[in-house]
Amino acid sequence: MTLPYRPHFLQQSLTPLKETPSQTAGPYVHIGLAPGDAGFQIYDTELGQDIAGPNAAGDRIRVEGRVFDGTGAPVRDVLIEVWQANAAGLYPHPETPGTGDGGPESTENGFRGWGRVISNFESGSWSFDTIKPGGVAGRNGRSMAPHINLWIVARGINVGLNTRLYFADEPDANASDPVLNLIEQTDRRATLLAQPVSGTGSAQNPRVYQFDIHLQGPGETVFFDI
Amino acid sequence: MTRPKPTDYYARDRRWHPPAYAPDYKTSVSRSPRLPLLSLENTASEITGPTFGQNDIAVGDNDLLSNFARPGENPIGERILLHGRVLDENARPVPNTLVEIWQANASGRYRHKKDGYIGALDPNFGGCGRTLTDDQGAYAFRTIKPGAYPWRNGLNDWRPAHIHVSVFGHAFAQRLITQLYFEGDPLIARCPIVNTIPDPAAVQQLIARLDINETLPLDMIAYRFDIVLRGRRSTLFENRMEGN
Ligand SMILES: [Fe+3]
Repeated sequence: MTLPYRPHFLQQSLTPLKETPSQTAGPYVHIGLAPGDAGFQIYDTELGQDIAGPNAAGDRIRVEGRVFDGTGAPVRDVLIEVWQANAAGLYPHPETPGTGDGGPESTENGFRGWGRVISNFESGSWSFDTIKPGGVAGRNGRSMAPHINLWIVARGINVGLNTRLYFADEPDANASDPVLNLIEQTDRRATLLAQPVSGTGSAQNPRVYQFDIHLQGPGETVFFDI
Repeated sequence: MTRPKPTDYYARDRRWHPPAYAPDYKTSVSRSPRLPLLSLENTASEITGPTFGQNDIAVGDNDLLSNFARPGENPIGERILLHGRVLDENARPVPNTLVEIWQANASGRYRHKKDGYIGALDPNFGGCGRTLTDDQGAYAFRTIKPGAYPWRNGLNDWRPAHIHVSVFGHAFAQRLITQLYFEGDPLIARCPIVNTIPDPAAVQQLIARLDINETLPLDMIAYRFDIVLRGRRSTLFENRMEGN
């Protein structure tokens, strides 16, 4: 639909424009956002393949999981976008202090903080490699525990779902995290905790975390209206 | 240490969007959270988001007429120019943001290994494109008008011609995927996915309009589709004191 452009000085209305309504990403989201996974080569570079390049500081980790529907079946056509801070807790974004002027708080080259993750069409399993983020400054001077922001789209999901992945091996930071503490049903907080897989994390290999997402039913993951 | 002061985005009007559970769209039944979403005040995690530049894309990525076609050949179908602007709810342009689209070909067939529809694949059509908005928030694609296609929902359900659209904005809170439809298509009103949207005025916002002035004579028909992302409060006063 066509909308009038209202220059600033004419803008007296208190009625803002309405956000474009969401529609499901559908079963063929890969064509648009990860065409290699749809089965063809078209772009020189596909976006979202490298969350934290080799130059990024921090501990290397891998997150593995599946998304389950309300019947307990894995969702095999899901696409997840990842957005996270670097090991110092900073996002690569113009509003991060120091960004663009080379100041001490800008994030390092090669740290993108953003990635796209596709489930396996047969098993529904997905994984991504990154670095463990640092704690991030929250509202009112309170700091947030290390976390990775996730946005989940698929056929049957009408509006992309926002959630956060926290790390089970950060009990102290998690206990004081202002977002986890908002979850009234305390046992539901565990739905946001990625569990370290024992025996992983040698000098050569990344530490592996397991993080399953339940769209519905027992153990439904906490989703946010952000 | 100084940190960015969160300037919050307007709360998403959930009544304008489809609900998670929309039983006439059958797949949503088992994929819809049933517990309420937890409302979160914006933090740095929501007011930041990935940024993209010209290095991320190539010239011609927004030309679906040529980005998969063999040299000297063209995809089959009605040639269209799809253009518009990305604005926020304050009607301000959203510049330098990534817009990605994907669609079926003129037969209603997707170039996807999971699509088994009888409609023919077009050897000259991939079906995806991407571009960055300019400093006025404007974007444009050249493509063909997609065909309608049947899908397994009701026994005789057909998707109206549509193009899937993905937009980032400048914050993770603005991230949006939607679908655009074409003015005058009788299948729009019958589509269970369109009808997940409760407000008919919101459906109108997803309909690209014939733009006769931008139509290129003897070449291609233009359709205009403007996209609105969440707007942002310009906070003059903090509403809570530090430490509260
Ligand atoms: Fe589609």
